[in-house]
Amino acid sequence: MPTTLKRVSVTVPRFTFWGLVSWALIAALGVITVIRFSHGLGAVTNLTDAFPWGLWIGFDILCGVGLAAGGFAVAATVHVFHLTDYKPILRPTILTAFLGYLMVILALAFDLGRPWHIWHPLVMWNPRSVMFEVGWCVTLYTTVLFLEFAPTLLERFGLKRSLGLLRKITPVLVIAGVILSTLHQSSLGSLYLILPGKMHPLWYSPILPVLFFVSALAAGLAMTVAESWFSRRVFGKPLETELLGRLSRVTVVVLALYLALRFRDLYARDALSTILPLSFASLLFLVEIGLGAVLPLGLLASARFRRSPRRQALAQGLVLLGFILHRLNVAITSVEAATGQRYLPSFAEFLVSTGLVALGIKIFVEACRRLPIFPEGALPARHAPAPRPEPARGEPAPVSAAVALPPE
Amino acid sequence: MIRRAILVDVSKCAGCGECTQACQKANAQPSHDAKRFDQDTFTYLTDRGNGVFVRRLCMHCQQPSCVSVCPVGALSKTAAGPVTYEPERCMGCRYCMVACPFGVPTYEWRSRAPRVRKCEMCKTRKSGPACAEACPAEATLTGERTALIAEARRRIAAEPKAYHPHLYGLTEAGGTDVLYIGPREPKQLGLPSSIPASPLPELTWRALRHVPDVALFGAVLLGGVYWITNRRDEVRRKEGGGTKDPE
Repeated sequence: MPTTLKRVSVTVPRFTFWGLVSWALIAALGVITVIRFSHGLGAVTNLTDAFPWGLWIGFDILCGVGLAAGGFAVAATVHVFHLTDYKPILRPTILTAFLGYLMVILALAFDLGRPWHIWHPLVMWNPRSVMFEVGWCVTLYTTVLFLEFAPTLLERFGLKRSLGLLRKITPVLVIAGVILSTLHQSSLGSLYLILPGKMHPLWYSPILPVLFFVSALAAGLAMTVAESWFSRRVFGKPLETELLGRLSRVTVVVLALYLALRFRDLYARDALSTILPLSFASLLFLVEIGLGAVLPLGLLASARFRRSPRRQALAQGLVLLGFILHRLNVAITSVEAATGQRYLPSFAEFLVSTGLVALGIKIFVEACRRLPIFPEGALPARHAPAPRPEPARGEPAPVSAAVALPPE
Repeated sequence: MIRRAILVDVSKCAGCGECTQACQKANAQPSHDAKRFDQDTFTYLTDRGNGVFVRRLCMHCQQPSCVSVCPVGALSKTAAGPVTYEPERCMGCRYCMVACPFGVPTYEWRSRAPRVRKCEMCKTRKSGPACAEACPAEATLTGERTALIAEARRRIAAEPKAYHPHLYGLTEAGGTDVLYIGPREPKQLGLPSSIPASPLPELTWRALRHVPDVALFGAVLLGGVYWITNRRDEVRRKEGGGTKDPE
């Protein structure tokens, strides 16, 4: 990547705004942890007997796992399909996925009433339970992700023999990873199959597992693009623009498949008729589909639009928004609409979710500084916690990024 | 062993509340006015007007959603009929509460080691469910399910004016071991309506049963793709003599 145009360089203070915010969020997470485990779930959450699953399931678990789906997709692309061009983004994607799963497990420790029994599904079997299957898959896949990530550590510490061994079994690991991911990404949707009477027809569907799998693919790819964008801002690392452009084309296909499946199913169940009269739920449905799927599909389909990495990142941001909305709508909006129960997450629930995200990002940044994650090697050069974003050459200042940009 | 079931006859219930008191005593709960399911209330009466009182309790489904969704088998349908709970196995995911179509299980939200709470049909009580024993009006009966169904039908036939013909629980959620008859249709009695007649766990199983196939065919397919592309890569490497190796 050619030179980037540096903006006015201000002496970077020891703590930047985002640095302070993330530390504050992590500190809040610590405080809530103490209250949560000394006084019970009721002391920090707005969960009730009528609404036993809330933000932590809807966001931390359902979204967390889906957003980490880039890991298996890119690993398969490189190691199974041997499209080695994608190698430069493999390690950061694997790291993102690995940290994603660790945060999911941490979130689970918050949400489970008896987290010290978290290992029970491994020994107390109920193969008829979707949760049982998800538990096994997440455990195994987190192990796989660790082993996929391990070469980075072994390289750093120069452990050649173990490295060679690990490389030999990589194809097996990757294939196992793809199968495990396919299973549990879809099974997160299967969790809701047993609730036909408790969900709004715009979201309850017998093909929920398929929808969850396909949308997780879209989200995983979007995260890969977003994470490259983030790395450029934090480490001043050049973007693999051409590569990301190709990923965005895959996104177009995945979104098209998703919309085809979704509307085919909505039409078959005559669920589209429930959009009118407009309600809070149906409005959210329109935002989820329109802003989170149809719009980015249209934008990314245009070659001109894809040429600007910033616009690409923006469109992929919309994909992420649509994905998160879908999961939250399944877990919260649709249940509210069908049961008449109300649930609004407590402030503490929000703080746990944001705290875990902040923690994940913090670990990611530190890992990138110390380990050979990027092709350029460890990136300790920039020791400022979060330097100012630099617009790429020839682009306008990022102010306009807040406005949705039509193709020129 | 005799299978234990319960018949609630809403038409005969006078709303005296003996059943709720007996329930609280049998489960060692503080005596209180039971208004809804909560951690200390496994049964309660609702006043539906015109002297109609409807008692709610766990339906003890024959193919319970809660049992099927529990990842650790903390809930089980016992041979004797009751759906029982073992806190020592439970990890607290609360999927049972989400999955129950009747909204029965509750949680100890303020506890450090919370348990799921619900009626277990007095599983350890030798003389059967305390509520049935306490009822002075024959509005709660206990016994074999088939015998209770026969009794329910006899009552409906004997006094067609006092009863709506729907025997609630006969087919709801695939059949339950707690049955209801009453003067109005179930919806007007405040009982959960629009419950599918087939067992709900089947909905999950339709997806879950594909797991072994996905694993099997996925492994063959991906292994095959790897074998082919890897071969192509090897050939290219040998011919080109390049150093390009996939990690």
